[in-house]
Amino acid sequence: MALTIGVPRETLAGEKRVATVPEVVEKFIKLGFKVAVESGAGDAANFSDETYRAAGAEVIDGAAKLWAASDIVFKVGVPTAEEVGLMHEGQTLITFIWPAQNPELMQQLAARKVTVLAIDALPRMLSRAQKMDALTSQAGVAGYRAVIEAANAFGRFFNGQITAAGKVPPAKVFIAGAGVAGLAAIGTAASLGAIVRANDTRAEVADQVVSLGGEFVKVDYEEEGSGGGGYAKVMSEGFLQAQREMYAKQAREVDIIITTALIPGKPAPRLITAEMVKSMKPGSVIVDMAAERGGNCELTEPGKAVVKHGVTIVGYTDLTSRLAKQSSTLYATNLFRLSEELCKTKDGVINVNMDDDAIRGLTVVKEGAITWPPPALKLPAPPAAKPAAMPKAPKHGEASAPASATRTAVMFGIAALAFWFVGANAPAAFLSHFTVFVLACFVGYMVVWNVTPALHTPLMSVTNAISSIIAIGALVQIAPPLLGGGAARPEAWIHWLAWVGIALTAVNMFGGFAVTQRMLQMFRK
Amino acid sequence: MTATLATASYVGATILFILSLGGLSNPESSRRGNLYGMIGMTIAVLATVSGPQVTSAGYAWIIGAMVLGGSIGLYASRVVRMTQMPELVALMHSLVGLAAMLVGFANYIDPAASAEFSGAAKSIHEMEIYIGILIGAVTFTGSVIAFGKLSGKIGGKTLLLPGRHWMNLAGLLIVIWFGREFLHAESIDAGMMPLIVMTVIALLFGIHMVMAIGGADMPVVISMLNSYSGWAAAATGFMLSNDLLIVVGALVGSSGAILSYIMCRAMNRNFISVIAGGFGSEGGAPAPAGGVQPAGEVNPILAAETAELLRESKNVIIVPGYGMAVAQAQHTVYEITKVLREKGVNVRFGIHPVAGRMPGHMNVLLAEAKVPYDIVLEMDELNEDFPNTDVAMIIGANDIVNPAAEEDPSSPIAGMPVLQVWKAKTSIVMKRSMATGYAGVDNPLFYKENNRMLFGDAKKMLDEVLVALKSA
Repeated sequence: MALTIGVPRETLAGEKRVATVPEVVEKFIKLGFKVAVESGAGDAANFSDETYRAAGAEVIDGAAKLWAASDIVFKVGVPTAEEVGLMHEGQTLITFIWPAQNPELMQQLAARKVTVLAIDALPRMLSRAQKMDALTSQAGVAGYRAVIEAANAFGRFFNGQITAAGKVPPAKVFIAGAGVAGLAAIGTAASLGAIVRANDTRAEVADQVVSLGGEFVKVDYEEEGSGGGGYAKVMSEGFLQAQREMYAKQAREVDIIITTALIPGKPAPRLITAEMVKSMKPGSVIVDMAAERGGNCELTEPGKAVVKHGVTIVGYTDLTSRLAKQSSTLYATNLFRLSEELCKTKDGVINVNMDDDAIRGLTVVKEGAITWPPPALKLPAPPAAKPAAMPKAPKHGEASAPASATRTAVMFGIAALAFWFVGANAPAAFLSHFTVFVLACFVGYMVVWNVTPALHTPLMSVTNAISSIIAIGALVQIAPPLLGGGAARPEAWIHWLAWVGIALTAVNMFGGFAVTQRMLQMFRK
Repeated sequence: MTATLATASYVGATILFILSLGGLSNPESSRRGNLYGMIGMTIAVLATVSGPQVTSAGYAWIIGAMVLGGSIGLYASRVVRMTQMPELVALMHSLVGLAAMLVGFANYIDPAASAEFSGAAKSIHEMEIYIGILIGAVTFTGSVIAFGKLSGKIGGKTLLLPGRHWMNLAGLLIVIWFGREFLHAESIDAGMMPLIVMTVIALLFGIHMVMAIGGADMPVVISMLNSYSGWAAAATGFMLSNDLLIVVGALVGSSGAILSYIMCRAMNRNFISVIAGGFGSEGGAPAPAGGVQPAGEVNPILAAETAELLRESKNVIIVPGYGMAVAQAQHTVYEITKVLREKGVNVRFGIHPVAGRMPGHMNVLLAEAKVPYDIVLEMDELNEDFPNTDVAMIIGANDIVNPAAEEDPSSPIAGMPVLQVWKAKTSIVMKRSMATGYAGVDNPLFYKENNRMLFGDAKKMLDEVLVALKSA
């Protein structure tokens, strides 16, 4: 039996997004679902009821009727108390929940005996989860919009121009935090022609900044700021001091600052002080993307654009809604990808498979029981943790770590015993050969250890050729000067054994060197 | 030439051999290294022939043997194809082993050779003969079997006789017991019997040992046999009291041992368990033991689409495996590389240490196809670059790109370092079918979302890709 996906109109003030769009509706229908959309749900994002109908969705008037008719509800915003009240047992809700911040809501949802998948609880480090990552898709939209807002409030061009009316210098943009939003902002600002600088406490993003056309500004202090799961962590005091100095310097130089710094579960870090705002040139712009969580700038007023000390400080909290058509389309696609995971049978029935790491992470309420937080993921450790977890064998050609003391001691002990045994029993002539032998083993070890892996085959064929040195053994036997007593010597036997020995090693000798030469000729730059 | 002059020449030859091995540490100096080896060998042979131990009566025979053997060797080196290198090397090892055996026997039956020894020195001399023949015999049959397996004349499957470890142990004990008999033999004729019994056991042991080792472990076997051929030479040197033989044998022996060690480490396998034979060493059925059986659908792709993907990417890593060697596809691979590089695509090759059937096999094939060696990188050098790679193209490789080695602790290959191709945006696997690799382990890579399967003969498919690339 095909389930019905219901998409209500968003009720939060200022929320213009909608959880699905007509082009995705068609895909849902192909996946076997029925889709119902509340009348007017897409209006704010420029999707009319007509387009939904044309895509095959049923349009229902009134939220109550829609919620009653749906088996699965897709939303964007956190559900309100009224919306929770409309839910019925067995229903599934997929939306943003922020379970850590909304414990009461979790209780209410559990009381309704429903299943809830919080799209914000997705385990983002699973690579196959990327296609469902709504936080990323929405942050990308917000980053783009932040630059557009900045350009709107800024009184000059972004790109430098030389015109008949004079020379226009390019705008300088500083972006604090190079997460998804920050990177989108870097790309957008750079493509408008601005000079873009960016900073992040996680040093590994420097390459990404550069790849988007930005310049990575380092804080002059050594500390790694990766907090796992792709977020930053709180840094030490010494680092923060150095960071403040760097920000103060940037504030004096740049025209536009866009801040995106967030730390999970904590208020946004205060990066831009009132002093720094004062030091900026009049007409400069700050876009504070962390406004909702208190703001990265001291003077930010969430939800508003204000002018202070001649600087416009934009603290909009609805940047994604300001690009509702785009963000809705991306969000709808994220939800569609999630539905594909839930409905592998393609028959319009979902299976909330708790053995699947991605789905396990998303599911915060399962049939009335709170299942948040999920257990830690079993296997894919974040790449940063890997070198520590897997002590790798030393690379070829590098010195290996010294062996443990006991092992070394035991090995030396055994070696000493062996040498004592040899020394005590063997005659002098043997010992001189033995010395040569042991030293040669070590020389071989030292020399061969440096051979590059690419040349292992030629190495083998050349050592093979060299091992035909055994020919010497045969050579000295074929016709030795006989010093008497040769009566019992089986002349013919020795002669022929030696002769065959020489012939065999000659094959090796000539063939080995020739084929090595042939191989080595091919190695070229 | 006097004895002292001959010895001095030997020292010179020794130095040249060491320089020869040292020269192989990088491709630029490698050709000179090979030249040093040739000069060293020439000096050694000439010094011996003109030295006091060879009379002029032997010259004609020596030249005859050298010319015959040399022409066979040169002919073989001309006609061998680069994909057959492992077979050739294995075959040549067997010759060294056989020669060591013959020299040992010749030395034993020569009363003049042992006339100068008495007491402990005589025992040691006889022990040297015994050990020399033993190693030579194992090397000989082991290499012959390895040759058979590599050239497909003998199936690559492991032959696991019941109680094989006990058989080996019994063989060893018999060899030791006959060794005692041999040392106590009154005359040469009396010693002949134990010597021949030992030789037969050693020959059988060589066969048995390599038969039990699977195809995936061949790189280890080849380097191990290489090492043995060196030890055989060293033992011969002890027998003949010849320092040059000892030094060169030790050089070759330790070189082979190091290579075996490197290969084992590249597969995260213990040397003993490789030699003991059979992948997964215990039990004969490796595959079903694995915990999670990968499931899901594979996404096939066509050659034209592959070309499309390649053309639109910035970074491409090609991971070749034995399949490329089998299909002789290295030239087409290079053509594709050339076309892509002209378009500004950054193409590199990722070589796993045990890709192919002998150490460095892939490097030789790519060099043959004229791929510049500075874009051919080792696993460690580019494994971290896969996340920034658009397309990872896997040509006839399987186990070396198996994510189960990292993700599934119960997999038989768990812990083996692998190329992380699944981290690339898209990976394309060229394969004939869904069959498993030599390790007999299913590969979850094939079922990954970002993986595409290009089924068919590698050469034919790559040709199609090349045509598609050129036409656009």
